[in-house]
Order: sequence, then C-alpha cells, then structure tokens
Amino acid sequence: MLIRPFGINEFWIIVMAAQWTIALSAIAFAGGGIGGLLIALARVSDAKWPRLLATGFIRIFQGTPLLMQLFLVFFGMNILGFAINPWIAAAVALTLHASAFLGEIWRGCIEAIPPGQREAATALGLRYFNRMRYIILPQASRIAIAPTVGFLVQLIKGTSLAAIIGFTELTRQGQIINNATFSPFMVFGTVAAVYFILCWPLSLLARRMEVKFSRSTTR
Amino acid sequence: MYTFNFEPVLAGFDKLLLGAWVTVQLSCAAMVIGLILSILCAAGKTSRVAPLRWVIDAYIEIIRNTPFLVQIFFIFFGLPSLGIRLSPNSAALVALVVNFGAYGTEIIRAGIESIQKGQVEAGTALGLSKLQIFRYIIMKPALRTVYPALTSQFIYLMLTSSVVSAISADDLAAAGNDLQSATFASFEVYIVITAMYLVMSIGFSAVFSMIEKAAFRYPLSR
Repeated sequence: MLIRPFGINEFWIIVMAAQWTIALSAIAFAGGGIGGLLIALARVSDAKWPRLLATGFIRIFQGTPLLMQLFLVFFGMNILGFAINPWIAAAVALTLHASAFLGEIWRGCIEAIPPGQREAATALGLRYFNRMRYIILPQASRIAIAPTVGFLVQLIKGTSLAAIIGFTELTRQGQIINNATFSPFMVFGTVAAVYFILCWPLSLLARRMEVKFSRSTTR
Repeated sequence: MYTFNFEPVLAGFDKLLLGAWVTVQLSCAAMVIGLILSILCAAGKTSRVAPLRWVIDAYIEIIRNTPFLVQIFFIFFGLPSLGIRLSPNSAALVALVVNFGAYGTEIIRAGIESIQKGQVEAGTALGLSKLQIFRYIIMKPALRTVYPALTSQFIYLMLTSSVVSAISADDLAAAGNDLQSATFASFEVYIVITAMYLVMSIGFSAVFSMIEKAAFRYPLSR
C-alpha cells in the first residue's frame, strides 16, 4: 500500500470536512431548538401527562450515552423500513439529544421567572399562549442565552460521534487521512485544532454573557 | 414486519455484564484519579507562579473545546509517535482522567471561590498551617458546595466512557459491538446496552445521594 506524507493537501481536506461538522451541528441545533421548546413547555405544563412524558424523555436521553442513541437510531431506521443512511441517522439522533438537553435547560430558565409575572399576566386576562408568548418566554430567553451557547459547544463536540456510524465529518475525515498517511500525531492534532477554533469563541461568548447576566441581576 | 429476536442477546448476556463491570471500574478509577488531578489543578490556579496558571488554563480550554473521541484518538494513535505506547484500556483510563480533570478543575475552582476570605484569615489567626487551611477550611466546605455539580459530571463521565469502545477497550459498548457483529441482532443488542447504561446512571445517582447523606451530615451554619 502506498503511504503518502501528510502535506498541505491533506491539511486542507481535513479543514474542509469541518463544513459537515458545522452542517450537522446547525441541523441538530435548529431541530433541537424546536424540540427543546416543546419539551420545556410540556415540562412546565399544568397537565399531568405532558409533564410526565417530557420528564421521561429527558431522563432517558440524559441517562444514556449519546453513542448508544446514535446506534439505536442508525439500526432502528432499518427496522422501520428505511434504508440505512448515516447522515440522516446522525441528524435525527443529535436532534433528539439536543431536544432533551435544551428542554431541560430551558425548563430551568422558565421556572426562574418569578411566579408573580405569571399571576399578573393571568390577572390581565392573558390566556396560556399569549402569557407564554409575551410575558414568560421573552424574560426566560434572556437567562437562557448563556447556557444555550454552552450547550452548542457540547453539541458540536457530540457530532464527532457520527464518525463512528460512518458519517464523514471532521473526525471521520481525520481517520481516513490517518489511514492513508500514518501520521496520527499531525492528523488528530489538526482535527483537534479545527474543533478548538469552532468551539473556543463560543465558550468565551457563553462565559462573557454569564458574567454580564449575573452582574445585571445582582444589583 | 420486523420481528425482534432477543435470544442471542440473552445468550451473550454474561459478556455484557463483564463489559458493564469494566465500565464501572474504568469510570470509578477515572473519577478518583481525575478528582485528585482536579484538586491539584484548582490549587495550582490559585498559585502566584503565572506560567503554572497559564499551563493549567491552556489544559482546561483545550480539553473543554475538543471532542473526547478526538482526544482518545490522539492519546491512543498519536502518542506512540512520541514513544508513549498504551494498551486500549490504559489509553481509555488516561483519556477519561485527562478529560474529567479539565471539567473537575472548573467545578472545584468555583467551590473554592465560594469560600469567604474571612474564613481563611480566621484559620491563619488560629495558627493552622497552609495545608491544614487548604484541607479543612477551603476544600471540605468547597467540595460540599459543588457536590451536586461534581456527581452529575461523574455520571456524564460514565456515559462518555462508552466512546472508548472506538479504540476497542473492553467496556460495555465494546462488548456490545462484539456481540452485534457476532449475532447481527444490532437493534436488540444496543437497546439492551442502552438500558444497562440507564440502570448504571440511576444506580450511581442513588449511591451518590447516600454518600452525600453520610459525608455531609454536619449542619451548614448555626
């Protein structure tokens, strides 16, 4: 077998594979945003069943490894009669995973709004939808920004596990290049550096917003 | 219509239990060593030697902003070119310790920062040595404050440890991969393994709340 050296071409192939990591993260984050909002609303609902279902969903996804969630969706697609497709399996599994985590984060933010706000809105004659839309969620979303950005970092790192089910994103591309060049130190060093460049600014942003927020609330 | 077949999973269940035991051992060892590393790094961050603080900061940021899978590939495949060759199980342990250390340091540091300066000054006034102050006045209440964050980070570590199956360590997920490729009952194997992880995370939370009751029984303030 021909072993080729790790050169500038190999470097660029790895860097370009980051687009798939970004695409997968974006899809899971968007899907998880919608799912997470539904989960959070169900979790704080007055009705018993939505609350129980949402709690169960969160418990299961927070109590099992993301890798197993990916495997289950990957092989589960086959059982449901769909052709196995790593790209769709990864997107679905990460969306469900993000829904559970964002749902739990946002539940905390909604519950952090003092009950008087809700009572006042009810007293003004606002029904559930308008109460959430105009009173509760706008206030909760301000608290939610920092932990949500923090979770986005976790999600970007989580997309690396899609490599194990064979989706060619950043980490899988690194494995492929490593098999051809046998320079794991350079290859995985480069892969790690690309993840770092994606994640570090977000981590800094999350931390800065957290500090800013805690300063504005402890006055 | 697909018919589920759990027989091969039951036939190989002893192997899965063995894998679960390795996962428990690996996670507990990584937690204990990782906790020591976290306390050392957190203490190092309060040091007056600036380069030491920079090294610890760099370590934390690099680990927290790269995926665990890439870290373990780097340790298992990359370090041999520096002459450090590890077996899959040792590489898994090293990777888990290094990973937990970064998150643990931040948690412990938050605990240390919650201790009021007056308490340390009171300790100095009582003639306690630096080590005594660190151990009794800073660490003990700090650990109590951050205990919930620490235990949820540990459960996260236990779940993350499934990723070490990617370098064929002997953990539960790897036992599942072996069983899966021998029986082709993929979905059945992984649903059972997922349930086993869920049971382990519930079990660990129960153990942690028992430890909390036993270790932190003294009153917070009078």
